[in-house]
Amino acid sequence: MRFIPITPAQRDDMLRAVGVSSVDDLFGVIPEDVRLSRPLDVPDGVSELELLRHLRQLSDRDLDSSRVVSFLGAGCYDHFVPSIVDAVVSKPEFFTAYTPYQPEISQGTLQAIFEYQSMICQLTGMDVSNASMYDGATAMAEAAHLAASVTKRRRVVVADTVHPEWIETLRTYALSGTLEVALAASRGGRVDVEALAEAAAEAAAVIVADPNFFGNLEDLTAVGRIAKNAGALFVVAMNPMLAGVLAPPSEYGADVVVGEGQPLGNAMSFGGPGFGFFACRSDYLRRMPGRIVGRTVDVDGRAAFVLTMQTREQHIRREKATSNICSNQALCALAASVHLASLGPAGLADVGRACVSKAHYMYDRLVATGRFSPAFPDTAFADEFALAYDGNAREMQEAMLERGFLAGLELSRFSSELSGIVLFAVTEKRTREEIDRFVEEVSSL
Amino acid sequence: MSDLDEVSTGDPRPAEVGRLIFDRSTACARCTEMPALDVPDVDLDAALAHRSRRTAPLLPEVTEVDLARHYEHLASVNFGVDSGFYPLGSCTMKYNPKVDEVACRMPGFAGVHPYQPPATVQGVLELMHGLQEALGEVSGLPHVSLQPAAGAHGEFTGLMTIRAYHEANGDPRKRVIIPDSAHGTNPATVAMCGYEVTTIPSDERGGVDPGALEAALDTDVAALMLTNPNTLGLFDENISRITGLVHSFGALAYCDGANLNAVLGKARPGDMGFDVMHINLHKTFGTPHGGGGPGAGPVAVTDALAPFLPGPVVALQPDGFRLVMPERSIGRVRSFYGNAGVLVRAYAYIRAVGGDGLTEVAEQAVLSANYLKERLKGAFDLPYDRPCMHEFVLSGRRQKRESGVRTLDIAKRLLDFGVHPPTVYFPLIVDEAIMIEPTETEGLETLDAFADAMLAIAAEAARDPEVLHSAPHVTPVRRLDEARAVKEPVLRYSPPCLD
Repeated sequence: MRFIPITPAQRDDMLRAVGVSSVDDLFGVIPEDVRLSRPLDVPDGVSELELLRHLRQLSDRDLDSSRVVSFLGAGCYDHFVPSIVDAVVSKPEFFTAYTPYQPEISQGTLQAIFEYQSMICQLTGMDVSNASMYDGATAMAEAAHLAASVTKRRRVVVADTVHPEWIETLRTYALSGTLEVALAASRGGRVDVEALAEAAAEAAAVIVADPNFFGNLEDLTAVGRIAKNAGALFVVAMNPMLAGVLAPPSEYGADVVVGEGQPLGNAMSFGGPGFGFFACRSDYLRRMPGRIVGRTVDVDGRAAFVLTMQTREQHIRREKATSNICSNQALCALAASVHLASLGPAGLADVGRACVSKAHYMYDRLVATGRFSPAFPDTAFADEFALAYDGNAREMQEAMLERGFLAGLELSRFSSELSGIVLFAVTEKRTREEIDRFVEEVSSL
Repeated sequence: MSDLDEVSTGDPRPAEVGRLIFDRSTACARCTEMPALDVPDVDLDAALAHRSRRTAPLLPEVTEVDLARHYEHLASVNFGVDSGFYPLGSCTMKYNPKVDEVACRMPGFAGVHPYQPPATVQGVLELMHGLQEALGEVSGLPHVSLQPAAGAHGEFTGLMTIRAYHEANGDPRKRVIIPDSAHGTNPATVAMCGYEVTTIPSDERGGVDPGALEAALDTDVAALMLTNPNTLGLFDENISRITGLVHSFGALAYCDGANLNAVLGKARPGDMGFDVMHINLHKTFGTPHGGGGPGAGPVAVTDALAPFLPGPVVALQPDGFRLVMPERSIGRVRSFYGNAGVLVRAYAYIRAVGGDGLTEVAEQAVLSANYLKERLKGAFDLPYDRPCMHEFVLSGRRQKRESGVRTLDIAKRLLDFGVHPPTVYFPLIVDEAIMIEPTETEGLETLDAFADAMLAIAAEAARDPEVLHSAPHVTPVRRLDEARAVKEPVLRYSPPCLD
């Protein structure tokens, strides 16, 4: 396929207008010693028909969510996405636009981001939200940077119950020497508040996820108090899909709320793209990373939207910017807005209630088989839970895969201490029949 | 009712500008409903440790038709590549092929979970492996990590890889050199990576001044960050000498890949002596910009840097494609494996166009830029009058001096011609800069219409500058009060009773 509309005759006219006899003359500025003197070793182009055939062959080799009953979560979730979402994000005026630098012809993107920011404030209980970031893990790392900048301290304390890949990401960001990462130990699947109280002294931030990586609810009241006493910023990572049923982190004194937005309106897509959301109290607005849209008026007094607070940003502040980020995940944030608007407050609560109810139903049934035991007894969870399997968990998962199930995530890949523990996620897409069938099959192994 | 009022005043612009989705809300209106709960309804407050939500979030309550119309309206006041010419310099706003949108939605790519067993995701892993190979070949830097989510994220990743390399050699360094023509993300990235910025001036031909570079170099320098072709659209002829100088001090050369479209199949950063580069898939490889993202900024490196790359990366092993962590990896720079949905589109683009086609892309992108430069250089100042690559930079200083018309006015007037303006006021080293990148995907008629519009605006500037000062005239909204947006920030919707 070629996406070049210029004809050979037009090309000759253009060469004449430029005053050269061939295109090669234009590349004469590239010194001989760095010029590529052979064709690229990339397969030749193909027609659309051939391309689609090739891509379908690749796609068909994967076991997609329509062909398996999945209980996998751990940061990426298989929620139902209503048809209106893809109808909106497929509009080329949205997806073929760039960052809205020219507000007069970008009101669609700008207003959509303003609405997104409004909804994120509602879910998190925070005063202000940025226009979105790369993903939940990087939003959390940016929150750590913000905390360091606000408190003039370098050490951030993060609960070891946060998603291991998010902690790894934070550690990578800290390799620059601008941050120091300390882990707070956990007990019973939740951060150990006594250990945390000690670790939090002189910290820039106390960071927890709620629900945490294991699906458990943290004691946000206690953690918030510890952060406040230490003069640290209280950073909470939350699952936005539970915002209809779980009280917002603002009620526990959170200063910054971040999270992975994929559950809202975005396909799992092998882990990306989703988006990170980032919201905070208005005190930190001028140190907040990322793009922000504000409302103003045009010369005729008409309401309109524009990128604002740009003196924080790299194109003006260069090395003194709050972050090097110069984009957002606008299309993914748009999908989230459409999904949230399509649910409304009642729908969001219904989804949360369905996930929590189904997860608790499955938990009870699996424990009742006697083959699974609670990994963290007496700890409240929402839509995801960890169980210890009394046999070889890997073999169980393989056997269940043959029966058409993705039987959760076995956690030894993150730590040998977690060997044999399986993390199950249950979304509103799972039916009682699927759960019952899973329980029967797994207990017959 | 307000709609009719607006229409009756004869205002030509859409009456719905600024009407929020919240303003369409009607109590208890519903769009998406859940099936009846088929398991026992849990006591939420008890299950959630008495932390259940008591006040519902204020979300819109709308029906599907409300949503369809709301977003159709927003789309109608938005401008994308499919709307018209978008010569936004350094952003490579090329056409986004429709087949790529089909590709990324295929169930085997969109519907797979990142923690599925590798045997159940061999298709997407093979695709990612194929993309790694293609990007390695195009860049001349054979080892690729697809993790970074955007160009700036790629910059961060690349510099952190350089940092890890120096530290592993027991030779930690302090500074990174950047030319004054660099994009703002470069110095911001340097600071984020814990280095100091040393800025060096460009020479009179717009390239790196080798003398200034040599003077700035010492054994505390970790790297030089350079865009080549640079932000003026000029290829630095001294590139081998520059990277050689950098290496002679034990420093490394980082290539900002923003302008890779210009040299596809013609020259490779790896062959120029660069050690690391990031590649903006949303520029060079036709994936859509999405109104600001998602993009993807894979990083490609030399053999020496490969062990430090962030992971996981895809490797072909005897039992198939596997995700592996490079030996001395800096770790993850995000969760999971990158923006796979964007990677699928880029792979589809590369396979569609092919190696031969990529070279044609560069040739046409460069020819189209030179064509426009020739058509416009009489009416506007051209500070660096040399054959350009894929873009060129004009200056509006003549118009400013002679008519008091600024580049911003020219950009705003272009909106009335149905064109997205070029990048303006960048690079910083050109007064009243107008940076034009037509890309290869525009027809001659479009290029000529743009040149005609620019010439007409230059004539207007001389004849009737007020038309430009007050532009745009026919857009959904006109110039905005940006100062007010900062002074009185309104950053979210508040219900009327709280206003």
